[in-house]
Amino acid sequence: MRSPVRFERRLEQPKWLNWAIPVVSLIAALVLGAIVLLATGKNPLDVYSRIFERGFAGTRALSGSIKTATPLAFTGLCAAIAFRMGLINIGGEGQFYMGAVGATWAGLVFGGDLPTGAVVIVMALSGMVCGGLYAAIVGVLRAKFNTNEIITSLMMNYLAAIFLNYLIYNSTSYWRDPESRNFPAGKPIPDRADWNFYEVGGIKIPLAFLIAIIAGAAIWVLYKRTRFGFEVGVIADSPKAARYAGIRTTSTIVIVLALSGALAGLGGAADVGNFRGLLDSKGLQMSGYGYTGIVVAALARLNPISTLFVAVLIGGLTNAGFALQGPDFPSGLVGTLQGLILFTAVAGEVLVKYRIRRNRRAAAVMA
Amino acid sequence: MTSAVRMTGIVKRFPGVVANDGVDVDIRAGEVHALLGENGAGKSTLSNILTGLYRPDEGTVEINGQAMQFSSPRDALDAGIGMVHQHFRLVSTFTVAENVVLGEPDSPFMMDQSRVAQQVEELSNRYGLAVDPSARIWQLSVGEQQRVEIIKVLYRGAKVLILDEPTAVLTPIEADALFKTLRAMVAEGRTVIFISHKLDEVMKVSDRVTVLRGGKTVGTVETANTNTRELASLMVGRSVEFNRVTRSNPADVSHTVLTLSGVSARDDRGRDALHGVSLTVGRGEIVGVAGVAGNGQRELAEAISGMRALSSGHIDVSGERVQSGRARSAIAKGVAHIPEDRLHTGLASSHSVEDNLALKNYRSSSLSKFRVLRRKAIRAQATDLVQNYDVKTPDTVTPVRLLSGGNVQKVLLAREFSSLPKVLIAASPTRGLDVGAIETVRARLVEAAERGVGILLISEDLDEIMSLADRIVVMYEGRLVDEVAAEAADRERLGLTMGGSTVSGGAR
Ligand SMILES: Nc1ncnc2c1ncn2[C@@H]1O[C@H](COP(=O)(O)OP(=O)(O)O)[C@@H](O)[C@H]1O
Ligand SMILES: [Mg+2]
Repeated sequence: MRSPVRFERRLEQPKWLNWAIPVVSLIAALVLGAIVLLATGKNPLDVYSRIFERGFAGTRALSGSIKTATPLAFTGLCAAIAFRMGLINIGGEGQFYMGAVGATWAGLVFGGDLPTGAVVIVMALSGMVCGGLYAAIVGVLRAKFNTNEIITSLMMNYLAAIFLNYLIYNSTSYWRDPESRNFPAGKPIPDRADWNFYEVGGIKIPLAFLIAIIAGAAIWVLYKRTRFGFEVGVIADSPKAARYAGIRTTSTIVIVLALSGALAGLGGAADVGNFRGLLDSKGLQMSGYGYTGIVVAALARLNPISTLFVAVLIGGLTNAGFALQGPDFPSGLVGTLQGLILFTAVAGEVLVKYRIRRNRRAAAVMA
Repeated sequence: MTSAVRMTGIVKRFPGVVANDGVDVDIRAGEVHALLGENGAGKSTLSNILTGLYRPDEGTVEINGQAMQFSSPRDALDAGIGMVHQHFRLVSTFTVAENVVLGEPDSPFMMDQSRVAQQVEELSNRYGLAVDPSARIWQLSVGEQQRVEIIKVLYRGAKVLILDEPTAVLTPIEADALFKTLRAMVAEGRTVIFISHKLDEVMKVSDRVTVLRGGKTVGTVETANTNTRELASLMVGRSVEFNRVTRSNPADVSHTVLTLSGVSARDDRGRDALHGVSLTVGRGEIVGVAGVAGNGQRELAEAISGMRALSSGHIDVSGERVQSGRARSAIAKGVAHIPEDRLHTGLASSHSVEDNLALKNYRSSSLSKFRVLRRKAIRAQATDLVQNYDVKTPDTVTPVRLLSGGNVQKVLLAREFSSLPKVLIAASPTRGLDVGAIETVRARLVEAAERGVGILLISEDLDEIMSLADRIVVMYEGRLVDEVAAEAADRERLGLTMGGSTVSGGAR
């Protein structure tokens, strides 16, 4: 059987598609969502205005969205920086955990003695080092033994989860609150180790989000303007050409993965310092920031600046989803709407590269 | 006489260029028809129109006397026209048989492996397209992959096959096998359109030749009634001759710039590929390395340019030791390298012209400061080189992969020559280029030698080596097996030693 349509690779990719496709994708998502909503007896306009209201309208909604976006911004940057070099680091999740472990330790140790500013710095550094080293293992395996980084980084996510469980549930570690005998939990860091929030035009912005903005800008500069960025670009384009030009490929692979992991680790530090205040094994594992970060980076086309915006968009949608959810609005429907948006975004990406054509029988067939 | 394909008054415009400007071709059923023209003459554009990838702005296409309008390759295929692209479109982890059925409109969800394998086998026997249906694409050589592409087109029932520069990726021996296949196909009544800019090949394989120049048809001639000289002048619009180049400034062999002492190295699979190679190149000397591809030439070039570690021996440039396997050290000592694989080794092909021109000196203080690139300086360098080396490119930010073959090579030459090297390794520097570009490249090589650069010219093209080199060495199975002065060289002897025969009483 012949399918009625077929995909053909576009020979040229017109520039206007770059903005037209995302706009059309969003409209398509809204239309598809409306159909689903109508079928379940809801008023789409009503639901959409509620999503917009809860996610993005007003200072309260925006404050919430930015808060939800903060960890995603870090894991998004983590994915983007590695993917740009063609290194598929799926390990943002585990690197995020390790960053949280490192930062909690630093917060617990120094939180009582050092002034807040210094504690924040020590926590951030500790998180970055732990996430970075954890990812560097993947880098060394890849650079020295050419193991597939997708598989190793994914396996190390499971390892990291086991490690978290061990620290909080299966041991009396330094991270576990000794008071929590029957109901194991992390030990809260001292108040002085808490990271600040800032008000900008009524919107509460966590310190960590500001750090994410700086990190995003720094990565942009690193990749666009520096020798290192140039080398990464050449390696991504052709490893052979890089070798030919005398670029040290192995060390660059390790450094890029370490940087990638350090960003996720910084996210983990932010999670402890700015939001949870302790090592929350279960909470971290349920959030899946590392995996969502991959989606964020992909939607942002691996651009570090766009990653920040996409993180806020996804953050807002997530919050709106929670707000919509209720007895008359099952969580499955929320998931469906979010899924539709991602689906049309990815489909739109395909349309930039391919065109769809109708299949029909040819006019004439040779004997 | 029936025409299998007749294209009349074809015009195709791209922004800023008219790629086809009133092209007429008339292809008879059952012939090998060559389309000959320099790079940029409009050959690929014409074949893309015939296969429905592009729509012509003007003109008509008739298949078997019937006017057609194709809007996609599938339409063309349904009319019996199939194209073998220069860049293969195969899935490397799939088997040959899987690739052959892939994309079939009527392919069933589950394929009948053995039936397809059998059909592939049958096609491959019938046309001498030796390939194992159950092999996976990544295991195959480039030549074998091309055979898979051809089988794929035949499997879909194409009566007219278009091959766009099929020999560019083949060794001479593989090319000869391809020509046999093409003859076998026309013997069975199929029609072949063979696109090339190589005169010898066209003479060897075609029945008739249509020459394109600057997007226009120059004329169609019977191959039997013409010769390479006539075709060359039709193609470039003036007469060209390749003679032994006379140098005004002879080599100074008393100063060696490159010394290899007992160099051994392994290939990518870890097998010994070079066995104790010792060689010197003097200042301003061109030493030609002749040999059939795959006898260690690539490993030799890579060893000298620091891309490949030595397993023993050492390399000196003007008396200074090059660190084994350190490209950076070789570059710093003054080794320039024009690799065979220009687009993936010599250049980062998705990068811009200006980035590629800076690929080796971006670390220098003139192009970066405190590890930050000086974009303005990089652009200025590119603007300069593009002008000096006459690179045809819209601007310096265009990715090099969009440039024509000749201009790609000019970008490489510009970068390598402008580094003022002491030694230059040139591997098949004119392969795949058109006549005009070949002249330019050869002139640049000679110019460099006259400035005192020691050149190691690695090539399968004996004519090229004999016309440029001062001295010729022959490589066979990783060893240098013969050495002669260029004036004393004779083809027969070189041909024999390249094939592994020992020369009795060799004048060494
Ligand atoms: N898609 C395109 N867009 C713009 N210019 C093109 C395109 N394809 C070919 N050209 C231009 O058309 C001319 C003919 O190119 P082509 O048909 O590829 O020549 P040939 O195959 O003979 O080397 C060249 O100047 C080339 O740069
Ligand atoms: Mg072409």
